[in-house]
Amino acid sequence: MRAYVPDYDLVAPASLNEALELVADHARPMAGGTDLMVLFESGKLPYRSLVSLWRIPELRGVAAGETHVTMGALTTYTEIQQSEVLRREFPLLVKAASWTGAVATQNRGTLAGNIANASPAADSPPALLVYDAEIELLSAKDSRWAPYAGFHTGYKTSVLRSDEIIGHIRLPRTTAGCAQYLRKVGTRRAQAIAKVALAGLGKTSDGVVERIRIALASVAPMPIRCQETEAVLTGRKIDRTAIEDAKAKIALEIAPISDIRSTEDYRRRVTVNLLQEFLETLIV
Amino acid sequence: MPRVAIEFGVNGAPRRIEVYPMERLLDVLREKIGLTGTKEGCGEGECGACAVLVDGELVNSCLVPVLQVAGCEILTVEGLAKNGRLHPLQQAFRHSGGAQCGICTPGMILASYQLLARWPRPTEDQIREGLAGNLCRCTGYQKIFDAVRQASEA
Amino acid sequence: MFQTVGQPVPRKEGREKVTGDAKYVDDLKFPGMLHGVTVRSPVARGRIRAIEFPPGLPWDEFTIVTARDIPGDNVVALIVDDQPYLAEEIVNHPEEPVVLLAHPDKYLVEKARAAVRLDIEPMPAVFNVEDSLSKKQIVWGEDNIFKSFVVEKGDVDSVWTAAAHIVEGEYRTGAQEQLYIETNGIIAMANAQDGVTIWGSMQCPYYIHKALLKAFPLAPEKIRVIQMETGGGFGGKEEYPSMIAGHAALLAWKSGKPVKMIYDRAEDMAATTKRHPSRTRIKAAVSRDGQLLAIDMEFVVDGGAYATLSAVVLSRGTIHAGGPYVCPNVRIRSQAVATNTPPHGAFRGFGAPQSIFALERHMNKIARAAGLTPEEFRRRNFLHRGDTTATSQEIREPVDLEWLLDRALELSGYHAKTKAFAQHNEHSAIKRGIGFATFMHGAGFTGSGERYLQSITGIEALADGRVRILVSSTEIGQGTNTILAQIAAETLGIEYDQVELARPDTSQVPNSGPTVASRTCMVVGKLVESAAIGLKQTLIKSGLLAETSRPDEFAAACARYIGVFGPLKSFSQYEAPPGIYWDDDTYRGDAYGAFAWAVYVAEVAVDTATCEIKVEDFVALQEVGRVIHPVLAAGQIEGGVAQGIGFAVFENVVWKEGRMVNNQMANYIMPTSVDIPRIRVYFEENPYEYGPLGAKGIGELPIDGPAPAVLNAIENALGIAVDEIPLLPEMLLEEAGVA
Repeated sequence: MRAYVPDYDLVAPASLNEALELVADHARPMAGGTDLMVLFESGKLPYRSLVSLWRIPELRGVAAGETHVTMGALTTYTEIQQSEVLRREFPLLVKAASWTGAVATQNRGTLAGNIANASPAADSPPALLVYDAEIELLSAKDSRWAPYAGFHTGYKTSVLRSDEIIGHIRLPRTTAGCAQYLRKVGTRRAQAIAKVALAGLGKTSDGVVERIRIALASVAPMPIRCQETEAVLTGRKIDRTAIEDAKAKIALEIAPISDIRSTEDYRRRVTVNLLQEFLETLIV
Repeated sequence: MPRVAIEFGVNGAPRRIEVYPMERLLDVLREKIGLTGTKEGCGEGECGACAVLVDGELVNSCLVPVLQVAGCEILTVEGLAKNGRLHPLQQAFRHSGGAQCGICTPGMILASYQLLARWPRPTEDQIREGLAGNLCRCTGYQKIFDAVRQASEA
Repeated sequence: MFQTVGQPVPRKEGREKVTGDAKYVDDLKFPGMLHGVTVRSPVARGRIRAIEFPPGLPWDEFTIVTARDIPGDNVVALIVDDQPYLAEEIVNHPEEPVVLLAHPDKYLVEKARAAVRLDIEPMPAVFNVEDSLSKKQIVWGEDNIFKSFVVEKGDVDSVWTAAAHIVEGEYRTGAQEQLYIETNGIIAMANAQDGVTIWGSMQCPYYIHKALLKAFPLAPEKIRVIQMETGGGFGGKEEYPSMIAGHAALLAWKSGKPVKMIYDRAEDMAATTKRHPSRTRIKAAVSRDGQLLAIDMEFVVDGGAYATLSAVVLSRGTIHAGGPYVCPNVRIRSQAVATNTPPHGAFRGFGAPQSIFALERHMNKIARAAGLTPEEFRRRNFLHRGDTTATSQEIREPVDLEWLLDRALELSGYHAKTKAFAQHNEHSAIKRGIGFATFMHGAGFTGSGERYLQSITGIEALADGRVRILVSSTEIGQGTNTILAQIAAETLGIEYDQVELARPDTSQVPNSGPTVASRTCMVVGKLVESAAIGLKQTLIKSGLLAETSRPDEFAAACARYIGVFGPLKSFSQYEAPPGIYWDDDTYRGDAYGAFAWAVYVAEVAVDTATCEIKVEDFVALQEVGRVIHPVLAAGQIEGGVAQGIGFAVFENVVWKEGRMVNNQMANYIMPTSVDIPRIRVYFEENPYEYGPLGAKGIGELPIDGPAPAVLNAIENALGIAVDEIPLLPEMLLEEAGVA
């Protein structure tokens, strides 16, 4: 434990408004703490003043509306796995939640925490991206919805203002009849950081792509949707040629690096292989 | 920063302590409350040696700031035996070789406790998955699986 | 046949471990206790120009220790005595200790640690075996060589021209972190009057005792070392605790207060010992009939910056390099070399996993060149009774490796699977394979080592008829307490519950030698057996006990004896079994009293889309003399196999200028419960005459076999020979060009 604990302040307001006021006043939000506490213990947490959102009721719950499923920011990975509507219609998010850390992490880790921590290796973002998720950003003075696709702007940077927190995440209920694919390649089979993860969602009609989404973790400074690769496939019949074209495109669209977990070459080649695995499920 | 007063229950007994809000629950349990059964293995939430139950849910206490357990009920390994009688999981770990050096054992037993609450008759795959966040360097896991199976049949 | 031995009696300290009552060092608190931390070098090699304590912290509240404060010699006594407790002028590796701090506030002391500035002028450093051997930079001694050996048998150079096949290969193994789940920790109290007392996590209390004698000007009785419950060791707490104990004692000496030092995980991984990385080159000659004619081997290990135990690791690796095979001509030239990395040290297997990996991979390579299956090639070369090993040790016990091999292949379904996998692989992206390793492991200290140790055990009878075993051998999870109690109970004809063990405390127990080298059951257990026999004989000779007796009769005899004559203790000191000859100069002769023999079979599945490797099934068959406790013995094998699988395909140390940069459990990957298959363990028993009730040692054996078995299986699956571990998917993808 390398942090000087007495220097840190954490308060737990009971109401959302109180929390937003504190954030506007430069306190940093903490959800389940599974990311922040790791930083804290290694002595690398740059903030001293924190506000706990853990108990705020408005930020909890999974609600199934007519057109969207809306999740509170503090929805834990365990809650995601237990939600019937998510299991039925958004299985990739459930899958991602099941392999984020392990049980103890899943009981405390939250969806908003995963998004706000903004690690390029985070498990939920690829699923959120292919589901066209939208994020609600709340501050003491306003609230706005933004497409998740534009949320991350670079390595650990996002459109989240310093006075804002994530309030809700909503997913349009448009996955019926779609092929869905998610695969994570980690350093081991459980409790692993992704070396590559690929999410795919595809709607075809007679083998022709009507809508396609491809998103990845750990191959860029942030989670990415491969829109150029999607463009190569949209309106096209999925056959061997289309798959080869898409593979060539994605190899150039991603920007993997070598780091302590893996190499640029491995990430690139595995991305191509995972894409092929996904696209093969669309062949009619 | 000043200390704050926090109240929560530990193994059925109410506690009130004055702590820094960002003190780790792990340290509060071990040092302020004197329950040293919960262990530190990594301080990163990777090994599970520090696992306890908070309101029935398994958490890594090295990653929980004590402020966030105000009003909660905490179960540590010391709270499993009743009047000196070991819990079936403790019995099973003791007799089946599930504990070797013992340092992962408290967290492993609590993880098994939550596992059995969720899946009373778990398959081998469910046992593996339920314990994937608890690292053991001594046993190779085999006899831990046996212990959980044994306890589930008790 | 036996009453207690062979029974799955409950672990002696099992209840405490499952209730959380077991006391590890960090569970202890002393009044007025300070927390101690170590300030370490950020550079690999350099000259210390200054140590700065910036303003902003109440430095006068701290106890600060540097090399100047060491009352005795600034050296961690072990073998060569080259390693200082604290660097004085020169640092030789990243993380080398330079300054110690202590303060009552455990948070403030960390703030202070981060604030201390070491001004070090960098010097050129060496980071790998090749650079060290090239001697471009001399970083240790005259030539960077800690130790070298030459083992020779016959004349290797005489057979190359006549050989039908000559097969060469080069094999590498990486560093491996012991990763005991309890990090290193010590509490010390020290002053000139009372002496030094140490409580801690350790394998060898007397090693610490010997080391502190050099650092403090005290008589031996004034240094007391007490082992607390220890959360795993695997060799990582064999010699390293002498360093942290010295540090805690120095802070205690200077402050006059008890000092607790507990390493956090990041520090423990970066600063303490790891398995020696190795490079092995083998050139082998084989006849037309597939018989080994010659093995010429060069075996090099990276020892890090100081000698520590490298000479002994090298020794064991060298002796095991020849394997369980007959070969008339052998030459093994081995060296342990210095680099500017934190010194490498003991880790289960201790050199043997490294050389056995190379040999068992090479055996498959030779088989292929000779047109034989791996199993047939081995059958033609196995040792039998009467044959000699590479060090010219004659095998005096009946050994039937062909039978063991057949049995292991049958248990694993090897032949059927080989066929089935070959067919399956033709049309599947998941390639399956099966492979095995055949090997042996010598228990106890090499050659004259046990004689040199002169281990002593004691057993004391108590007035209530219980007995207390007095050994310095430590329980670190492997079952020391339990099996020694079983052996004593069996020998004395009493109940397991009548036997207890004294806590290993150098003021209370004799030196039964270190808890290492797979010796605790075989060597120390034998001494416990003989001490027990001595105790029983005393009672018999005093007319209080018959040759055959019941537990209650034994209890009564003890009570009576003690009432009349006073304390009743029996001691036993090591004597080498007859006929053991070892020549330290030529490195020939009887290296070990006994070998355990094993065949391990691994089944793998490799996903060619990602090159992820999954071990699907594992069979571990070994001949071990006698199984003292079936559950504990199987537990040793299972744990060792899991560590061996980690060594093979998961555990990678990422180095940057001599420092481990993936020193977090999130980034140093050990297997979880999902990563290890069911390990199927089988024992054969061929009692060893000089083991307790016939038992041999088995602690390290199981980590020798998995890596070559797994790599052999991967080669079977993919047709690609990889000769370096850890084999990560990235490397496999590159080698294979798969996908």
